[in-house]
Amino acid sequence: MNENLRLMLEPEFFRAIILPALIGGIAVTICASLLGVTLVLKKYSMIGDGLSHIGYGALSVAAVMNLAPLKVALPVVIIAAFILLRLNENSKLYGDSAVALFSTTALAIGILVSSKAGLTNDVSHYMFGSILAMSTEDVIISVVMSVIVILAFIFLYNRIFAVTFDENFARATGVNAGMYNMIFAVLTAVTVVLGMMMMGSLLISSLIVIPSLTAMRVCRSFRGVVITSAVISVISFLIGMFIALLMNTTPGASIVIVNAVFFVIFSVIGKFRK
Amino acid sequence: MSNALISCKSISASYDGMNVLRDLTFSVNEGDYLCIVGENGSGKSTLIKCLLGIKPVDSGEIIMGEGLRQTDIGYLPQQTVLQKGFPATVGEVILSGCLNSRGYHPFFTSKEKKRASESMEKLGITDLKSRSYRELSGGQQQRVLLARALCAAKKLILLDEPVTALDPLASSELYSVISELNQKYNISVIMVSHDIQNSVGNASHVLHLRKDGYFFGTTSEYSESEAGSKFIQENI
Repeated sequence: MNENLRLMLEPEFFRAIILPALIGGIAVTICASLLGVTLVLKKYSMIGDGLSHIGYGALSVAAVMNLAPLKVALPVVIIAAFILLRLNENSKLYGDSAVALFSTTALAIGILVSSKAGLTNDVSHYMFGSILAMSTEDVIISVVMSVIVILAFIFLYNRIFAVTFDENFARATGVNAGMYNMIFAVLTAVTVVLGMMMMGSLLISSLIVIPSLTAMRVCRSFRGVVITSAVISVISFLIGMFIALLMNTTPGASIVIVNAVFFVIFSVIGKFRK
Repeated sequence: MSNALISCKSISASYDGMNVLRDLTFSVNEGDYLCIVGENGSGKSTLIKCLLGIKPVDSGEIIMGEGLRQTDIGYLPQQTVLQKGFPATVGEVILSGCLNSRGYHPFFTSKEKKRASESMEKLGITDLKSRSYRELSGGQQQRVLLARALCAAKKLILLDEPVTALDPLASSELYSVISELNQKYNISVIMVSHDIQNSVGNASHVLHLRKDGYFFGTTSEYSESEAGSKFIQENI
């Protein structure tokens, strides 16, 4: 048996390090993939990426000022999500460039602040993630979040579909589309912050974007896309984690690669089905 | 005027700070087919938003017929680029038209599913039900969206440029479907259109918005009027 793997499966080590990573990881992956379906279909995927960079800036500043990272990053990223969503809706302001403007500036602030304070090591966790260092608090927040997102998708499913497919029509039938966009902004912001602690700021947007893109290669119905996307993301996460532990590779990067492989496989299947 | 489904009484509305609708009065009765025409910037889109209740009017009022709400208008918006490749089945899209009768209930019941299949029958697209929306032709997609509008509609549908981006054959097919809904099922139609040549022919009434005023009357009155004949000539 592989030396690495045997160490990981030691009961004590498993309970302290691996289990929280698995639980928290699965929770965040499900959130990201479900929200991703709507974000991708509404062409908002860049927002996830932008938010992760803003989150990085916020976490760095929090680390330098010795504040609890989550308590600083969450509100900052939620506010940023509102602003970016508004910018994106108002096409006159070049929404996509606005996202780039905000996110790169925040990233630069984060790097500047942390390098000045000599904290580059700590902060690089947020750049590349450290799923094996998830605290109990992180895990609990992740699980609560994923329960909220899953419940939202079950109970608001028909309205989410309506707002995603055709916001104008949804508004005309009395659906408060603005409110749903806000709910999405908040849930996305929280998912991004949790996800970046695990996957890193650079990789979190792939968790949001790739599973739904993969599902769309093959699925013909919205329901199919939602379910497949969640399932693929969890499977990719588990395979990626296993590879990372077995071969001692970076977990975040391994998970993204597995996701990308699924995308290629599903693209080929999609081509043949036509 | 007691059987008016929707009547606008001297409404004014603005867009981007510009006053685009001024003192506009017209009404749509049961069974009417109203065609709204006008150049770009004459306030057609703003009027649609006001009729649907998405945008408030600055002055005047919009009165709905008895038992009707603004959310009971079956709306066919202009198609967006995003929708063309959307992964959803025809059944899913059409069922989403039933949302306005849902209240706060999260799930659709068999009543709504029945309503959705009736709409599909009326438009002759029952066989498309489990097809994916993105695999359909432009004309088929418009029919699907029309069926969705029908689910939301009690008595009135509002169509925003329904034939844009359709080829001539698909356009004339869609026009005849709309006429059929109007005549056979007594559904009132409000249609915004650029395609004045074909659309006015089917309509019973015309509302022509101009930057300096408007015309509202029956189609025959319109073609006799100076403004109407001029506009028709220019656009043929």
